Amino acid sequence: MSRRQYANWGYYIPYGLWIGLFVIAPVGLIIYQSFLNLNHHFTLANYETYFKSGTYLMMTVNSLWWAFLITVFTLLISYPAAYYIHQLKHRQLWLLLTILPTWINLLLKAYAFIGIFSQSGVVNQFLGLFGIAPQQILFTNFSFVFVATYIQIPFMILPIYNSIDDVSDSYINASRDLGATSWQTFSKVIWPLTLPGVKAGVQSVFIPSLSLFMLTRLIGGNKVITLGTAIEEHFLTTMNWGMGSTIGVVLIIAMVIIMMLTGDRQADGGRVR
Amino acid sequence: MTEPIIRLKNIHKRYGDTEVLKGINIELEEGKFYTLLGPSGCGKTTILRIIAGFTDATEGDVLFDGQRINDLPANKRKVNTVFQDYALFPHMNVNENVAFGLRMQNQLSKAEIKTRVQDALASVQLQGYGERAISELSGGQQQRVAIARAIVLKPRMLLLDEPLSALDAKLRRDMQYELRDLQQSLGITFLFVTHDQEEALAMSDDIFVMNTGLVLQSGTPVDIYDEPINHFVADFIGESNILSGTMIKDYEVEFVGKQFECADAGMKPNEPVEVVLRPEDLDITTPEQGKLTVTIDSQLFRGDYHEIVAYDEDQNEWLIHSTNPAVAGQKVGLTFEPYDIHVMRLHESEEEFDARLEKYEDGEEAHT
Repeated sequence: MSRRQYANWGYYIPYGLWIGLFVIAPVGLIIYQSFLNLNHHFTLANYETYFKSGTYLMMTVNSLWWAFLITVFTLLISYPAAYYIHQLKHRQLWLLLTILPTWINLLLKAYAFIGIFSQSGVVNQFLGLFGIAPQQILFTNFSFVFVATYIQIPFMILPIYNSIDDVSDSYINASRDLGATSWQTFSKVIWPLTLPGVKAGVQSVFIPSLSLFMLTRLIGGNKVITLGTAIEEHFLTTMNWGMGSTIGVVLIIAMVIIMMLTGDRQADGGRVR
Repeated sequence: MTEPIIRLKNIHKRYGDTEVLKGINIELEEGKFYTLLGPSGCGKTTILRIIAGFTDATEGDVLFDGQRINDLPANKRKVNTVFQDYALFPHMNVNENVAFGLRMQNQLSKAEIKTRVQDALASVQLQGYGERAISELSGGQQQRVAIARAIVLKPRMLLLDEPLSALDAKLRRDMQYELRDLQQSLGITFLFVTHDQEEALAMSDDIFVMNTGLVLQSGTPVDIYDEPINHFVADFIGESNILSGTMIKDYEVEFVGKQFECADAGMKPNEPVEVVLRPEDLDITTPEQGKLTVTIDSQLFRGDYHEIVAYDEDQNEWLIHSTNPAVAGQKVGLTFEPYDIHVMRLHESEEEFDARLEKYEDGEEAHT
């Protein structure tokens, strides 16, 4: 009996190692590092700097704002897209096509957009037909949000599509049968029932968007500074690991808060109006 | 005769090459309890969906109060549906579910909605359940909420899609009484879909027996039970002994090699027919007194009766329902009255059947 129990524990070893080495240990290290100054002495100065300097707080607000914008645009595009794909005949194929871009490396996609948006790129060639080229598209806030949204869309479509798929046709029939118009059916039945998918999508888009740093540089031209950019700077350029870690901790806390806000409050879900 | 609420005229429904409905003509009157009865896949649910407006008829007209409603969307039709899986909205509590249809109209006051929801819940014996979440209710309670949600809108007609199939036997029986009472107290038309002949016989004013996209026979439960039009109906409605025979002449039929007096007429002399004898119409007696002699093979105790299987000399199987037990292996006689024999012509349509019945019944009256 006990031997079998040991055997069962064996199955947890790979997972346990993975969690320990790549999740718990790094988070622990980050928290530990955030309390060290440049001379490796224990200090609270990093947190003091963070919360007292307007720069860092501004950067945080900026990050949240950009992540918010990216999430909103992604949602605005993804929900109707998922809804539409679900009604198509070959929906699995169309879903596959929307997910396909995620298989291509982020850097490659970023470089592709540099080509598309540059002064001599496709967009400017097209605008040239109307005599309004060249426009500065690359290295603008617009291009940053555009490309970030493009990259995040599949991660939003997938959970929303699944939640739409879970809504049984009989709910929609029932709603129509009870006299609801198409719009009422959508707003009172379909939207509330697909909200879990929207929440999952928001989580998987908003949180990574907080720490985007490569795009800020390649597409945003360093005009957009997020917490991700700051962390990279501290670790690689200023070598102030303590400060970098502090920002990292703040980012982790922000993620936890988002998780809690968008989490399922299932316990009294039936009664929430 | 009152004007029917719903009239289906020559309804066909095709999905690609398969024809699910092959020309349905049905009239449903105000205030009656109708049942569409048939095996799964016979098209009965499709008829319901066409009346509700969830699917279109490929061909034919749906008339509501004489108006063609084929193109009217489901939310504009004055019929409501109780779904097989109830389709109660999981994100709303009982009150909100029942109030849903009223709220969608955007023209009733909160107080009015509240009263009507409470009345509807009271009519299905669910007072005080308003604040419960759907997931907290049992299957039977969910069923009642689904009914309340539909009748709160005071529809002219309620469509019920096998609503009792998910309930256990005891609850199902109770619900049959309740549905019947509810229909009578509300006075609206019910169209009930089921594959359970017992349910259909117990509750309906009129039954439509269906198979493979056609209505085979319609009529009161007693008519259909006593005068099944063909082999399928006889077999599907209740248990029966079906034997092939020959109609010698009016009021005389031959089967299992013997001639019997019967109550049917209007057929050609020596026409091949099928004969139905219901198990409960057969009485066991001594071999000398019996019209037939059979040997008891086995029996099952069914609670309120014994189900006995016996074989005659030609190895025809006979099913007998009796209040008294029999002894296996014993030779016994079977008796029955002339009117217990139901003669069915082969391939007779419902119109021909009705016409013949009318003709010889008139003849009988003139005779006496």
